[in-house]
Amino acid sequence: MKRPFSFSDPVRASRLTDAIQRLAPDRPVRIVHVCGTHEAAIAEHGLRGLLPRSVEILEGPGCPVCVTPTQDIDIAVQLAERGTTVCTFGDMMRVPGTRRTLEQARASGGDVRTVLSAADAVGVARTEPQRDVVFFAVGFETTAPMTAAVVVNNPPGNFSVVVSHKRIPPAMAALLDLPNQKIDAYLAPGHVTTVLGTRAYAELSETYKIPVVVGGFEPLDVLYALALAVRQVADGAARVENAFPRATSEQGSPAALALLDEAFEIADGHWRGIGTIPASAFVLRSRYADLDARARYDIHGETGQEEIPGCRCADILTAQAVPTDCPLFSKHCTPLTPIGPCMVGAEGACSIWFRYGGRPDLR
Amino acid sequence: MSRDAEINAFHGAGGEVAGHFLSDLILPRFKDRGLGRIGLHALDDGATIDRPNQGEIVFTTDSHVVKPLFFPGGDIGRLAAAGTLNDLAVMGARPLALSLAVIVEEGFPMDRLDRVLQSFHDTLAEVDAALLCGDTKVMPHGDLDGLILNSSGIGIASPAVSDASFEAGDVVLVTGTLGDHGMTILLAREQFELQTDLASDVAPVWPLVERALAVGGVRSMKDPTRGGLAAALNEMARKADLGMTVRESAIPIREEVRGLSELLGIPALSVANEGKAVMVVARDRADAILAALRKHPLGMDAAIIGEITTDWPGRVILDTAVGGKRFLDMPLGDPVPRIC
Repeated sequence: MKRPFSFSDPVRASRLTDAIQRLAPDRPVRIVHVCGTHEAAIAEHGLRGLLPRSVEILEGPGCPVCVTPTQDIDIAVQLAERGTTVCTFGDMMRVPGTRRTLEQARASGGDVRTVLSAADAVGVARTEPQRDVVFFAVGFETTAPMTAAVVVNNPPGNFSVVVSHKRIPPAMAALLDLPNQKIDAYLAPGHVTTVLGTRAYAELSETYKIPVVVGGFEPLDVLYALALAVRQVADGAARVENAFPRATSEQGSPAALALLDEAFEIADGHWRGIGTIPASAFVLRSRYADLDARARYDIHGETGQEEIPGCRCADILTAQAVPTDCPLFSKHCTPLTPIGPCMVGAEGACSIWFRYGGRPDLR
Repeated sequence: MSRDAEINAFHGAGGEVAGHFLSDLILPRFKDRGLGRIGLHALDDGATIDRPNQGEIVFTTDSHVVKPLFFPGGDIGRLAAAGTLNDLAVMGARPLALSLAVIVEEGFPMDRLDRVLQSFHDTLAEVDAALLCGDTKVMPHGDLDGLILNSSGIGIASPAVSDASFEAGDVVLVTGTLGDHGMTILLAREQFELQTDLASDVAPVWPLVERALAVGGVRSMKDPTRGGLAAALNEMARKADLGMTVRESAIPIREEVRGLSELLGIPALSVANEGKAVMVVARDRADAILAALRKHPLGMDAAIIGEITTDWPGRVILDTAVGGKRFLDMPLGDPVPRIC
């Protein structure tokens, strides 16, 4: 596809950064996004360096593997140890559960495989009918519809799922309920919004009187969304704005939403580092209970130890700290020797900051 | 590195961990015997042996494993020849002769070995280098995955060019597009079911280096193999304890490579090249060198991408296309696709 202009066009970018400079109020502005892909784009293109010093961008709970509870990881590890084939995304392999990671379970003989989608896991189940295959399903509204599509389409009898999917909008609300929280605006993730529609943030914006701007992931998308967010903050406005209309709408994707609704119901969810957030999890509807690996293999796990001494992942996931605030960051905790989940997950703020030289802010 | 740890894939991936491996396990054991200006401890692409009034002998070695053994644009035979030839070339040495050790698994098809050896031969012929000695080992079936090649090489330089003898104000250039080999292999290996015309850039770079040396003003060179351009630039900046500023929009990258890089979440600047050189050259010779490189088919896409600075010593700064600024850091190890 030939693009009409580059999404890295420096002239258009400088018009947007000029606007941000002009619009930014004369006080600190904290804009929180909830998506590792946004953080990666901001770091990769060095966008913090284009913003006024008063505008701070933080990553909240935007890393699905980082917020996956140890209990669910333990279940997947136990399944692998019992001889079940466990399929999951590559990011999940090295995240520590209570005792060990899936990678360690594999090293000691467990059959753990990385797949690119839920459909790939079903493919494994079909080509190896003699094996019990479990898909460990993590991710937000971006990956949940793919799991739903598999669930509702009669997967083979040797296939089941550990559903650990999470919903982003309730987490955005939960962050605002924390004491001493200072968030002036949210940058909402474009891909999640493609599924949910911009209306998913209406109640949040209204209840908490906070601007929510939906942004895409190209550098100009991000700058445009930040400009709209800064303008709302300066104006004292609090509404949902769409800075990514080429891929999102108010209604979202009816097909994806229908799949989610068919496969899942909504329940309270446990987020590692944050705690229980009301209505923040997808769980299988009872009509698909036979696909629930927890029930099929009678493994339920226990709420395990989640706090890691010295690790500030919980503060980072709640936008109350940045990676360089953590004493372990880049000294003891690196992507090769990760201590906390924020360094393990490729979407984690610590992992991203480390990849881009430990300091994404070259202003 | 703790002694009871085990070797993992990162140790051979040319990134940060490979560096620790060398500094902890290799260098403390083997003393510099003073045979030439550039010894083992320089960790350059090759080492030199002085020959008073006759230039310097450059000596290097490289082992080659690649999956698949045959890939668009080349095979392990061409890769082994070009890899060793290029280590000599970026030391400023005209390649003279190579050795070849073949370690092969029992049951390996003879016709495939025949093709590999022919392409090793043809690649040597491109730069008129000789095969002088060799060795063959057959391993029991299952002890080895197919075929491993090792090749050492010697060349003659007058004088040899190190990878870190430049100064602030010098100019950084590359001899062509980046990321072609790494993305080709990744695509061939991972079976992403994507169709592209992409081919490996594997080729001897001596013809380009020879042209640049003839112009004069070449301060330092490196072949950006494992770890890609990012690793090569960081290694040079660290060794010289100088900063580098590189302009993203000036770095030549094929559209297919750029697209795959975005799709897979793997930076094109962190994957291997097998037919490219990075050169740091004197500012007043940069344009003449660029013009000389571009006259050769392998150098058509050569470009000036940045300069040496005194800011941020030991680090590489990328001026991003959109106008931002960030570190271009040393890759940690072999990149894997980002999943979710």
